[in-house]
Amino acid sequence: MFPRPIQTASPGFQTAYKTLLPISLILWLLPLIAVAIFSIKPAEDFTAGNYWGAPSSIEFAHNYGQVFFNSDMPRYMLNSVLITVPTVIGAVALSAMAGFALGIYRFRSNLLLFFMFVAGNFVPFQILMVPVRDLTLDMGLYNTKTGLVLFHIAFQTGFCTLFMRNFIRQLPFPLIEAARVEGVAEWRIFWYVVLPLMKPALAALAVLIFTFIWNDYFWAVVLTQGPESQPVTAGITSFNAQFRAAYHLMSAGSIVAALPPVLMFFLMQKHFIAGLTLGAVK
Amino acid sequence: MATATSTETPADRGWYKRNEIAITPWLFLAPAILFFAVYVIIPIFQSIGISFYDWDGLGEARFVGVDNYVELLDDSAFEVSLWNNLKWLIFYLLAIPAGLFIALFLNQTVTGIRIYKSLFFFPFVLSQVVVGLVFSWFYLPNEGLLSNFLGWFGMGPVNVLGDPTWATYGIIAAGLWPQTAYCMILYLTGLNAVDPEQVEAARLDGARGWKMLWYVIIPQLKPATFIAFVVTIIGALRSFDLISIMTNGGPFGQTRVLSFYMFEKALSEYGFRMGYGAAIATVLFFIMLFFIAYFLWSMWKEEKGR
Repeated sequence: MFPRPIQTASPGFQTAYKTLLPISLILWLLPLIAVAIFSIKPAEDFTAGNYWGAPSSIEFAHNYGQVFFNSDMPRYMLNSVLITVPTVIGAVALSAMAGFALGIYRFRSNLLLFFMFVAGNFVPFQILMVPVRDLTLDMGLYNTKTGLVLFHIAFQTGFCTLFMRNFIRQLPFPLIEAARVEGVAEWRIFWYVVLPLMKPALAALAVLIFTFIWNDYFWAVVLTQGPESQPVTAGITSFNAQFRAAYHLMSAGSIVAALPPVLMFFLMQKHFIAGLTLGAVK
Repeated sequence: MATATSTETPADRGWYKRNEIAITPWLFLAPAILFFAVYVIIPIFQSIGISFYDWDGLGEARFVGVDNYVELLDDSAFEVSLWNNLKWLIFYLLAIPAGLFIALFLNQTVTGIRIYKSLFFFPFVLSQVVVGLVFSWFYLPNEGLLSNFLGWFGMGPVNVLGDPTWATYGIIAAGLWPQTAYCMILYLTGLNAVDPEQVEAARLDGARGWKMLWYVIIPQLKPATFIAFVVTIIGALRSFDLISIMTNGGPFGQTRVLSFYMFEKALSEYGFRMGYGAAIATVLFFIMLFFIAYFLWSMWKEEKGR
C-alpha cells in the first residue's frame, strides 16, 4: 500500500493526520458550506453586509418556501425529471443492444463502428449545434422536452456503448457458446443470458447518465426556452433574474436544483464510482 | 426449446435461421446507429458544410466559399478565444496532479475515511451552473470571501471576474474544483489496484517517498492517468457553462473561448450568423480531432494487444 499506512507512523504523526483530515475537508467544501449557510439567512443579513458571518436568524422554512411556492422552480424540476428519466432509459436500452452486438459478434466493421461511437462521444457540442437545432425545428420539436430527450439519447449512446461493450467483453464467453450449442435463439441469449449479467453495468450507467443529463446546460439553452420545457439548470438563470441579488433565495434555489444528482450519488455511490472509473485499472 | 431445431437439416431451416449469427448484430445495432448517425455523425458534416455559407438560420443560405475562415483570421475576438482555449488546456491539466495529491492524502484506512472520500468527490456531482454561481459569489469584489480573506493580510479587495487579465484564470480555478475531484476518484481506484508486492520489494530496495512515487507507483497508475488526461482535455475544450454563468464572455469579451464565441455568434443577440459560427465550431472540432485521434490510437493499440 502506498503511501505507507498511517498506523505504522508515530503517534504524533497520526494525530496530526487525523486533525488535518477534517480541516482539509472543510476548506475543500468551503464554497458549498457558504452556500448552505446563505440559503438559511434572512434577507436583512445581506443588506446589512453580513455575508460570511453567522446568520442573525434561521430562515430555512421561509427561503425554501419561497423557492417551492413562489417561483417556477417546481416546474423546472419536473421538466428535468421528465427529460432525464426517459433519456436514461433510452440511452441504456440502445447501448445495451449495441454493446451486445459489438462485444459478442465478430464481423468486419466491428471495431470501426465501435470507434465511431467512441469518437462521436468526444466531439465538441458546438459542431453539432446548428444542424441539431435545425433538425429539431424541422421536426416541430423545438422547445419541447421530446426534442431534448431524443438528442440526449443519441449523444449518450456513444459513451454508453463504449461502456457496455467493454463490460460485455469481460463476461465469460463460453457461457454464450454453451447457450448456442443448446440452440437458444440469439435474442434469447441477449435477454436471458447476457442481460442479467449486465445488471451492475446497467445500474452504473443509469446513475451516471442521470447526473450528466440533469446537469446539462448547453443543450437546454440551445433547444428550449421558457418554463414549459426548460430543465432546472437553465431555469436557475431565469430564477436568478427574478430574484436578482437575493442571495439567500438564489442559494436555496441552487441547492434544490443540485439535490437530485447529489442524492443519486450518495444512494448509489458504489455504482456511480464503478461507472466513472471503468478502465482506471487493468 | 432446443429439441425442435436440432432434428431439422440446415436446408429446412429458414433463411433467417441459417444466417442468424450474421444478421443478429446488425439488428441489435440498428437503433443505436440510426440515432447516432442522425444526431451526431451527419451533423458534423453538415456543420462543416454550413461553414462555407452565409446564413442567418431562416432565409436563403448564400455560398461564400472560404470567406468565413478568411474573416476569422482577422477577428481579434477569435484570437482571444483561441488563446483562452490554450490557457484552459494548460491550466485545467493541473487537476491531474492535484487529484493525485488528494488521492495520496486520502489513501489510508482510518475510521470514517470512506465518508471523507465521498465528500471530497462531492463537487463533481454538482452541475457546472451551480459551481459557477457559487464561485462568482466567492469572487464578489467587495463582499466576496476571497476579498475578505485577502483583507486579513492587508491586500485586496480584488475583482477577479471584472479584471480582463485575471477573469479567465478565475473561471479555470472554479472548473478545477470538480475536475480535481474526478481525477482524485480515478487515482483512488488506481491506488487500490497497485501491486502491494512490488511496493514491498521496492521498500526493501530502499525506495521511499518521491522515488517510490515516481518509479514504482506512477507507472502502475498509467491507466488512471490516461483516463484523467482524456476527460480533462475534453472538459477543457468543452468549457462553456462556467463562462456563460460567471462572466458571459466578459469583461470586454476577454473570457471567451471557442465554444462560447461560437454560441455567441450563432445564437445570441449579437446576430444569427450560423455560417460564421459553424466555421468557429469547425476549427474547434479539428483541434479536438487531434486529441480524439490520439485517444483512438491508444485504444487501438490496447485492442491489438489483447
